[in-house]
Parts: sequence; C-alpha cells; structure tokens
Amino acid sequence: MACVSPDGKPTESGTKMLRALQAGLKSPEEVAQETGLPLFRVRSGLRELTQAGLADQSGEKYKLSPKGIEMLGTSST
Amino acid sequence: MEEIKEQIRQMPRIGEPAPAFEAVTTHGMLKLEDFKGSWLILFSHPADFTPVCTTEFIAFTEIYPELQKRGVELLGLSVDSVSSHIAWVRNVEEKTKVKIPFPIIADLNKEVSLAYGMIHPGQSKTETVRCVFIIDPNQKIRTILYYPLTTGRNMDEILRIVDALQTTDKNAVATPANWRPGDKVVVPPPNTQEMAEERLKQGYECVDWYLCKKKL
Repeated sequence: MACVSPDGKPTESGTKMLRALQAGLKSPEEVAQETGLPLFRVRSGLRELTQAGLADQSGEKYKLSPKGIEMLGTSST
Repeated sequence: MEEIKEQIRQMPRIGEPAPAFEAVTTHGMLKLEDFKGSWLILFSHPADFTPVCTTEFIAFTEIYPELQKRGVELLGLSVDSVSSHIAWVRNVEEKTKVKIPFPIIADLNKEVSLAYGMIHPGQSKTETVRCVFIIDPNQKIRTILYYPLTTGRNMDEILRIVDALQTTDKNAVATPANWRPGDKVVVPPPNTQEMAEERLKQGYECVDWYLCKKKL
C-alpha cells in the first residue's frame, strides 16, 4: 500500500493526509490542495487510510478515525 | 483461451468510455476513477529493463512538467511485477539521475492490457505493444496511438495532440495537419447551403466554403 506500511503505520504521504484531516471533515480535493499531493494519489490514499481504520468516510468527505487520532498523537511525540 | 482471444479482439474506440480498472501500481492501488477531472495518458510498454522503454520513460518524465501545466497525468503499464517496476525505476534513477515521477501499473494478470487491447499477438503474445490512450476529464477515450515494439514514441506529437484536443474542446474548432499552438484553426464546415453561402461573408480565410481558417 502506498499510504500505509505493512506494519499498519502511515507512510510519509499517508501522514500528510492524516494531518490535513486534523481540522475536521475534508474532501479529497481539499486534502490535495493542502498537502500538494496529486488528486489521484489523495483519492487512493484516503481509500487506503479508511481501509486501515485510520480515517472514516462520511459521504464524499473524510475525517480522522479514533485510531487515526491516536496514531497522529503517537507519531508527533 | 477462447475468452482471452475474444478479449484481444475487443479494442476500445475513440469516443467510448475508457474501460474501468483497479490496478496495483508503483504508487499503490489505483482506480481509473481516481483520475476523474484530470486528463490522463495511459501508456503501455513491452517490459522493464529494456532499452527503448528506458528512453521512453526518460522522455515521458521530461515532458511531465509540460503535461501537468495542461492538467494531464501519466500512468504507465506493463506485464511486469511491481517489484520489477520498482527495481527498474530505481535503476534508471541511479544510472541516469532521472526519477520517474508517475505511477506504473503492474499488470501481471493482463486485466488492464486486455481491456485496452494492448496485447497484439502478431507482435508478442506476452508483452504489451507501445500504446497511448489519451483520456479526457470525463474519462472518455479521445485518442489512441499504437507503436510497434521497435519504435520509440514521439513526445512532441503526444504534447501536440493534448494541445489540439484542449484547443478544439475550448473553442469548438478543428486543427489542420501539422497544427501547432498559435497556428490558425479550422472552422467547422457548414451543414446547410444557406450556412455555406453565409460562411464566405464571415471574414474567415477561406479556400472555399468547406475549408475556412481563423486565428484564435
């Protein structure tokens, strides 16, 4: 997976996307604008982060899951 | 076997929706729909670690910034594993200092190759020929190019086609032979006798009623 390593931790680009979701619900377009990543990478990355339980999808938008919040907390310390 | 033969016979056509796919790539799992809203150039190459393909990947990387300015993404494909793609991309960077920035599909099960008619058994039963599919933001196929295994693609022509497609979409015109951005464009021919007569009075540069050009 491109955004989640085999050990379940987000990669650099995955972490960028998760950080972009810290402020709340965002669309892939908003995450792409904020991270500077191409939109196609963000769309597939958010799908992977959701499958890994690090993000939750709500309609067309995404937000951090409790596991994602915990992961970001761990990686920033 | 019959099913594969049938799939090989099914070739996508210009104007049709691009066949949907979900594929393993060097940038993770990608779906065609991930590219919605952008132009996409999906291109196949015969195999990793081969000379002509290496020159093409370097050339595609060189035009990538120009493509991005035009809202175009690149997506490569061959019937190789993702490990092979990664090793080749790393080797190209090590030997030539060129980093391939776009994803490459690892189409080991030939799912995408068959859907797009990229395998031409007369050339090779196992490798994809050099195909270029230009797909618009609505995911419709707008151009198809096929090159044989022995001929590397012309990047100027690929950029020229993108410019021509975007110009015709924006201005409802057509582009003449050897057109380049800045050249005069062709005004669509009239459909009725009345329109043909009016056409000659509209101030275009006309050879006759059916061939008129204008500056954009």
